[in-house]
Amino acid sequence: MTKELFIQGNEACARGAIEAGCRFFGGYPITPSTEIAEYLSTTLPEVSGSFIQMEDELSAIGAVIAASWSGVKSMTATSGPGFSLMQENIGFAMMSETPLVVVDVQRGSPSTGQPTMSGQGDMMQARWGSHGDYEPIAISPSSVQEFFDFTVLGFNLAEKYRVPVIILADEVIGHMREKVRLPDNVETFKRIMPKEDPKDFLPFKNVRNGTNPMPAFGDGYNIHVTGLTHNELGYPITINPKVHSNLVRRLVNKILKNRKDIVSCDFKYCDDADIVLISYGSPVRSIMETVKIGRSSGIKLGYLKINTPYPFPEDEVVKIAKNVNDLMVVEMNLGQMFHEIERVASSNAGVHLFSEIGGTLPKPNDILDRILELL
Amino acid sequence: MVEDNESTETDFITYEEKNPYIKYFRKDRLPTIFCSGCGIGITINSFLKGFESSGMDFNNLSLVSGIGCSSRIPGYLNCDSLHTSHGRALSFATGLKVGNPDLDVVVFTGDGDAAAIGGNHLIHAARRNINLTVICINNNIYGMTGGQISPTSPEGSLATTAPYGSIDTPFNLIDLVTAAGATFTGRWTTAHPLQLSNSIKNGLLNNGFSFIEVVSQCPTYYGRKNKLKTPVSMIKMFKESSINKRKVGTLSEKELLSKIVIGEFVNKKREEFSNKLENLSHKESGRNTIRKSAYIL
Repeated sequence: MTKELFIQGNEACARGAIEAGCRFFGGYPITPSTEIAEYLSTTLPEVSGSFIQMEDELSAIGAVIAASWSGVKSMTATSGPGFSLMQENIGFAMMSETPLVVVDVQRGSPSTGQPTMSGQGDMMQARWGSHGDYEPIAISPSSVQEFFDFTVLGFNLAEKYRVPVIILADEVIGHMREKVRLPDNVETFKRIMPKEDPKDFLPFKNVRNGTNPMPAFGDGYNIHVTGLTHNELGYPITINPKVHSNLVRRLVNKILKNRKDIVSCDFKYCDDADIVLISYGSPVRSIMETVKIGRSSGIKLGYLKINTPYPFPEDEVVKIAKNVNDLMVVEMNLGQMFHEIERVASSNAGVHLFSEIGGTLPKPNDILDRILELL
Repeated sequence: MVEDNESTETDFITYEEKNPYIKYFRKDRLPTIFCSGCGIGITINSFLKGFESSGMDFNNLSLVSGIGCSSRIPGYLNCDSLHTSHGRALSFATGLKVGNPDLDVVVFTGDGDAAAIGGNHLIHAARRNINLTVICINNNIYGMTGGQISPTSPEGSLATTAPYGSIDTPFNLIDLVTAAGATFTGRWTTAHPLQLSNSIKNGLLNNGFSFIEVVSQCPTYYGRKNKLKTPVSMIKMFKESSINKRKVGTLSEKELLSKIVIGEFVNKKREEFSNKLENLSHKESGRNTIRKSAYIL
């Protein structure tokens, strides 16, 4: 029997984390994500988990990485300024293949910006914020229900591929209240313990699908975990070009070669559409409404809703671009995912940007006005 | 400082004959990257001696470090080891200890890692009194990057970024962590390996935040810059300028500036952080926190 509740997005996220098996939260208060920490500070002790309010976001992500190596599914939640502080160790988690979830409830930015208003200014930070080559997984919910569902999905993908997964929510989704259905049983991905004897086990083996089983500290595997370039045993080898190339290419390919398993999009009315609107996160609500209004007055509109900004759904965007005249990217920044979409789609369709900054959702009538200019 | 090494074929028997603690090493990683005459070797031996005398189980030991010469130690010892980012060792160690309070967690750090970039985590770990044993190898300089001043460099000392002598006021690390709430503190130099290993043992046995400062020589950078060119001359200097805390009362404040005060300074009981979390879990869920729950949930 599913349970129906009328709750806030941040609470849905926290409930999703508990259902997914999260038993450690380390974080630092920041608007508009704080309710996630508050909810988990109450709930985690009730399910034999641990909550720590750390001294800053630098330590929050550090504690989360190490808690994951202790054998516990772990997460943190933050917003733009805190997400910036976490970037170095998000790279460490990529390099050391540490499963964890970072929730970024985006607000108006840059800098301290608009703490209580919405924005999507962290899209490229999520992609390139830490130094070096890596392939992040990022998921963007556009409803309170999805904030629950995608947090569960985030933990499952983090464990399956041994990577940090970023939930790119925004203030609208974090603070909005909606009805959600909480299933009785949530499917979880349980971490896989190595089967080999510790002396035969290579924790960072160059395996075909890229992902190795993961022992916990204290299991007798005596593993060495480092952010330095390392060989299959985990030992630092920093001046051998081949070791570096093998490692970084495996880390990148374990995501890219499994793109089909990870990427998720929804689309509607794209078959006969002249113009397709593309968005992710809370502005998806605006483009759905725009399509409805447009269709009722005879304009052939469709929409593409990107659930996983990363890995970027290249094939899905190109497929739609081939069938339409124009694409319009609607986002709450001055053009971030727009450039990704333009990069893959501009040879097949006109690619336009509808930006809304200032903290409120794009208005369907404003989007429609821009569409009328195109026709 | 050599930036890195590749393991080459080595005659392990030689090591075993020379060092009774070689059994704790990842022998396939030897030799180490440390310079000849570096104080880290003395510190590792003192740690292993202290660890053995504590009666603790090496198989239950997890080592955590940040970035710097001293942070390379965990990579050479054959237990679970986590070599993290610069300054963050204590935040990682906090997550590891809370995630599995059964683990014995030891942090190796240096003056730059612990007191400059990681200073905030140092005082907060001490404030929480979380059961970690921190061994801070203080060589008063940045070795890994080639000899820049650190937050413990004495005023007037020379470094590549203090060519006219340091004008910064150095931290007294023991005073710092004591004020922040550490429940065990000790300071020795590499000229006091027996006292050091005894304090490390005491720190390991303290159920709380233990901080042991090891004043150590960096002949390659500190020594060369500051007219102490050999490891021997540096250790001699440590012997001559160290003074036991019991004798401090006889010296003026000015006289103390040139001294290294050695001894154990704090050894007290205060409720430990991961125990408090366990108690909370017990109260709210009827049981301890679940160990290794990622494999079952």
